Amino acid sequence: MISHATWRKMWMTALGWAASLVVAFPVFWMVLTSFKTETEAISRVPHLLFAPTLGNYRAIGAQARYLRFAWNSVVVAMGSTLLALLFAVPSAYSMAFHPTRRTRGTLLWMLSTKMMPPVGALVPVYLIFRDTGLLDTRTGLVVVDALANLPIVVWMLYTFFKDVPREVLEAGRMDGASALREIVDLLMPLSLPGIASTSLLAVILAWNEAFWSLTLTAAKAAPLTAFIASFSSPEGLFYAKLSAASTMAIAPILILGWASQKQLVRGLTFGAVK
Amino acid sequence: MSGVAAKKPGVRRSKATRLRWLSFGSGRFAWVLSVALAVPICSAQETLTIATVNNGDMIIMRRLSRQFERQHPEIHLEWVVLEENILREKTTTDAAAHGGQYDIVTIGPLEAPIWGHRGWLLPLDERLSPNYDLGDLLKPIRDGASDNGRLYALPFYAESSLTYYRKDLFARAGLTMPAQPSYDDIARFARVLNDPARDQYGVCLRGKPGWGENVALITTMANTFGARWFDESWRPQFDSPEWRNALRFYVDLLQRYGPPGSSSDGFNESLTLFENGRCAMWIDATVAAGALFDRAQSKVADTVGFASAPIAVTPHGAQWLWFWALAVPSSSKHATAAIEFIEWATSKEYIRMVAEQNGWAAAPPGTRRWTYEQPGYLAAAPFAELTYRSIMAADPVHPTEKPVPYTGVQLVVTPSFPTIGNQVGQLFAAALVGDLSVDEALRRAQQATERVERRMGTGR
Repeated sequence: MISHATWRKMWMTALGWAASLVVAFPVFWMVLTSFKTETEAISRVPHLLFAPTLGNYRAIGAQARYLRFAWNSVVVAMGSTLLALLFAVPSAYSMAFHPTRRTRGTLLWMLSTKMMPPVGALVPVYLIFRDTGLLDTRTGLVVVDALANLPIVVWMLYTFFKDVPREVLEAGRMDGASALREIVDLLMPLSLPGIASTSLLAVILAWNEAFWSLTLTAAKAAPLTAFIASFSSPEGLFYAKLSAASTMAIAPILILGWASQKQLVRGLTFGAVK
Repeated sequence: MSGVAAKKPGVRRSKATRLRWLSFGSGRFAWVLSVALAVPICSAQETLTIATVNNGDMIIMRRLSRQFERQHPEIHLEWVVLEENILREKTTTDAAAHGGQYDIVTIGPLEAPIWGHRGWLLPLDERLSPNYDLGDLLKPIRDGASDNGRLYALPFYAESSLTYYRKDLFARAGLTMPAQPSYDDIARFARVLNDPARDQYGVCLRGKPGWGENVALITTMANTFGARWFDESWRPQFDSPEWRNALRFYVDLLQRYGPPGSSSDGFNESLTLFENGRCAMWIDATVAAGALFDRAQSKVADTVGFASAPIAVTPHGAQWLWFWALAVPSSSKHATAAIEFIEWATSKEYIRMVAEQNGWAAAPPGTRRWTYEQPGYLAAAPFAELTYRSIMAADPVHPTEKPVPYTGVQLVVTPSFPTIGNQVGQLFAAALVGDLSVDEALRRAQQATERVERRMGTGR
């Protein structure tokens, strides 16, 4: 006789697997398609069994300089995350430990900027970039991605910092620690899992950001999102090559996510059961 | 460390150590990052940034451009290859804001006259070298790349539309495709050849919504049924009987004799259907001919026939006209070198180079009379002569039987057209799948067009 608890566990496990399959299936299909010929890729009857080919990867290697795009993605994702943390850590510290009556409103206002579609700010941002010489530069993209992610980074850090006992910081203050020492020596070590998961999320968001990176770059600073966009076409078969390009574009971030999944889950669930 | 750290040495030391590592790592990364941000990628004397679309002809041009760089060591080429809709958004933003990101842009018949009119492109007539054979360019293409008689782009590749059909199926059914079929012929043939039980459909047509997809085909149908998008005073004409006849014919034809799911078929999907023997007929771009005759790709390569695009009540605007052309934005900082490159890429010598290295079938078609005088090209491309005739028959300046205030055959050269075209395309697709009646789709198309006109204005 299977107990109710066992049934429940089995049911939850099945549900978890089903959800994982739904989420992972498009990625799986994309990787599979990248090894097909263009005719097999566009076929109305899906091919599960086929003779795999590396032709798409070879064609991409001959057509575009992957490493250059990938390096731009690495620099922009890491750079924008560091820049966002530089501003977000003091902001979140200030709001978590020295709140005023406007703190909540400020937090909500910061988040509300994410509700505006980015195209709404395109023309002013483009003109500023043009006049400051930031068009098609990695510096420009680092700045714009950092600004775009800043509200989310501040919010996440704020919630992590709120879980740090105030007494620890007060003890430090009584020992004469300045605000900077409080942040660097006490707050950051205590919330390292939260900072790590926030950083990872910011890296992923910057890595996948397409609107600004496609609009503000041309040849020199274009990241992997532009690399993917160069393999699509309304006239001509391109699904297999596009899948290969997408696989190459997501591979680094997928590996990073895989390697750091423990920290990511730990950070995201930090304080969740309190 | 401060006294704070000394209070709980065990715990604090390990966290402080971790933090030190973090700080050290961040510091080093910041240093590497600053170097990475500062180091320029290229140090050539003059760099031309070229924005272009991802299609076979452009990929060949990119490969052969090494030859140009060898001939001009003082010029380095940087390529930005993108899907055409993304490219259009990027280059439009840059041209409008005079951003100067690109020295050469790839544009079509919608952009060339509008951008030229607005001063976003350099006029080319006086800037071209005397050796460049401007007179050899086909007139309809040259007209499409001009505004008020001034040329703003050099055409690289051009296409019209044809009727493709399966000669084997026609022969088996005892049918003969005329050199100039009518839409009634197409409906009659489709009825005979439609055999869904054998996964064979009478006709395949574009159904995917979009101004460059179903709207392109349906506009040529509407033109030949005597319809027009706007009258002389820019009033939308979707409430006319000609539009009703054209759209009803299109919907009936595809619903009765088209493959299932036609509303998601664009050029690529229809090409695959025809190549795999699913369609008895297909009306689409001349550029498809190369793929259909390619035995490595097409299962029907030996049985493809072709005829002119069908006509209905008037031959006006029955076949479309599209081209990709290279232009120099007025914000380019390297205009002289850019013009030198576009002259090279659109010259007879370039076409000959493609023929020598990739075969005549790969030569960019539709731009020069000279191409159609080459025996090698005529032998390699049996569809060449008909393509030439179709392009020459297309008249972007007088696309319809009744007078119109716009130019363009399967499109209306006005800045609001992509917005209008995409909305109207959605409504036509809704009529095709049966969500809307033909009359209702046209009524809403009329309203949508009037609304966009009020918001964005008309003309250039």
